[in-house]
Amino acid sequence: MRKNSPLALCFHALFVIFMLAPLLIVCVVAFTPEGYLSLPTRGPSLRWFKAIFDYPEFIRAFRDSLWLAALSSTVAIMLAVPAALAIARHRFPGREALTTLFMSPLMVPHVVLGIAFLRFFTQIGLSGTFLGLVLSHIIVVLPFALRLVLAASYGIDQRIEHAAISLGAGHATVFRRVTLPLILPGVVSGWLLAAINSFDEVTMTVFIASPATVTLPVRMFLYIQDNIDPLIAAVSACLIALTAGLLIALDRLFGLDRLFVGTGKG
Amino acid sequence: MNRALSQRATPYWLTGPALLVFLGLVVIPLAMTVLLSFYDWGQYKGIVPEFTLKNFHEIFTDSYFFEIFLRTFRIAVLVTLFCMLIGVPEAYILNRMSPAWRGICLLAIIGPLLVSVVARTLGWALLLGSTGLVNQGLMAAGLIRAPLEFMFTETGVVVALIHVLIPFMILAVWASLQRLDPQIENAALSLGAGRLTIWRRVILPQIVPGMLSGGIIVFALAASAFASPAIIGGRRLKVASTLAYDEFLNTLNWPLGAAVAVLLLAALVAITVGSNRLIERRYAQVFE
Repeated sequence: MRKNSPLALCFHALFVIFMLAPLLIVCVVAFTPEGYLSLPTRGPSLRWFKAIFDYPEFIRAFRDSLWLAALSSTVAIMLAVPAALAIARHRFPGREALTTLFMSPLMVPHVVLGIAFLRFFTQIGLSGTFLGLVLSHIIVVLPFALRLVLAASYGIDQRIEHAAISLGAGHATVFRRVTLPLILPGVVSGWLLAAINSFDEVTMTVFIASPATVTLPVRMFLYIQDNIDPLIAAVSACLIALTAGLLIALDRLFGLDRLFVGTGKG
Repeated sequence: MNRALSQRATPYWLTGPALLVFLGLVVIPLAMTVLLSFYDWGQYKGIVPEFTLKNFHEIFTDSYFFEIFLRTFRIAVLVTLFCMLIGVPEAYILNRMSPAWRGICLLAIIGPLLVSVVARTLGWALLLGSTGLVNQGLMAAGLIRAPLEFMFTETGVVVALIHVLIPFMILAVWASLQRLDPQIENAALSLGAGRLTIWRRVILPQIVPGMLSGGIIVFALAASAFASPAIIGGRRLKVASTLAYDEFLNTLNWPLGAAVAVLLLAALVAITVGSNRLIERRYAQVFE
């Protein structure tokens, strides 16, 4: 393989700066000792990080977001695994239509989904509840879970299962001892991608969140709409640091290109 | 016979739970939204469940709405074009890197995808504000005298959206670059083709499908983006999604907001499905 030219590398360096600049500036501004947005020219200060603890709504929203992500992606993966197995190994009428339906939350803009859920939940008395948030998030993250489990299910050699059955294993045992271990990488990465997407979702959630049940990104969005100050930069910096840690862990565990580029092939 | 029947029922048992959830939580809410867009609304009477075309008539005749939809479309087209212009060469460069470097660079490019859009857009608000780094840098360099206005402008929204969406373009193009046989490039080189010719005649035709499918994703996401236009554009510079938000949560004219959402959905489905068909027909041989 030939090397990139110096010009190409310059372009690449500029691009990486473009990608990282907005994240870095947030982290730098978060350390300002001043009471207003500025670069920490007088040395870094943890003042605004301490200030986060005076705003329990951010802490509560963070906790709710974690619960929401964990619950919705778990239910989504439990729905996605059997569906993926059916789609991967059976040819049945309606297979294409079902796949399209399950993938449709990727096509439908999240604003539209938010409006649809707001209308629906108001009608059935679920508006502003945590249950409503979980139900809506199951829908938005299911395509991510399904895609990765599906990719894993296509790769299984079904003769291994047949061997287990011929040796007298029941259906439950085959699933637990043979099928599930084989698709486990897809299940785990599907769950993770679903959880991350649930945690980051803001567009749809902003419609159905209520002051009592609000996720961290929505809380931050509503705060920014009122004013931008070093406090929100500190909250964002924490979020960026958390994501960076997660990212490095994911890269070590799975390899990022597999987790994301693999999704395109599903 | 019984066994064969149960065999045939298996896929339906397996997909059943997900299907029920989707019928209850996607099909019914969307149908209710479409219905809602045909309802009447008044300041004092609220939502009146009577069939009317009033909302759509209002959107199609009022130039205020036309301007917002036009702006949404313009922003989405610009973002898509810039994502292609920057994303395609970047994916190419990335593909030619050594695996170790590529891994690190992928972290920098895909990583932001995992950070909440709100935090990323906040970064652009800090960079692009009148006292932000970009303006200070440009003024210090003597290129401009007064700060450029990025906040609350379309330029600012486009820049922030390019940053948010370009990873999708890079991933799509990179996927098609990986299928490319590097020997073809070498063959062209050995036959005396220049770099530019190789790009135009050998590489580009093979990655066009990846570019276009990436472009469709970017366009659809840009046209329906909410957080970035809401933060950078503010209340003055509305796009279709922030318009729907305002109708729902500020004006409380739900039927009109639903009509905006239905139109946005219909336009996006028409554009994405239409262009997908076109690409598949035009580039059928590449997909095989």
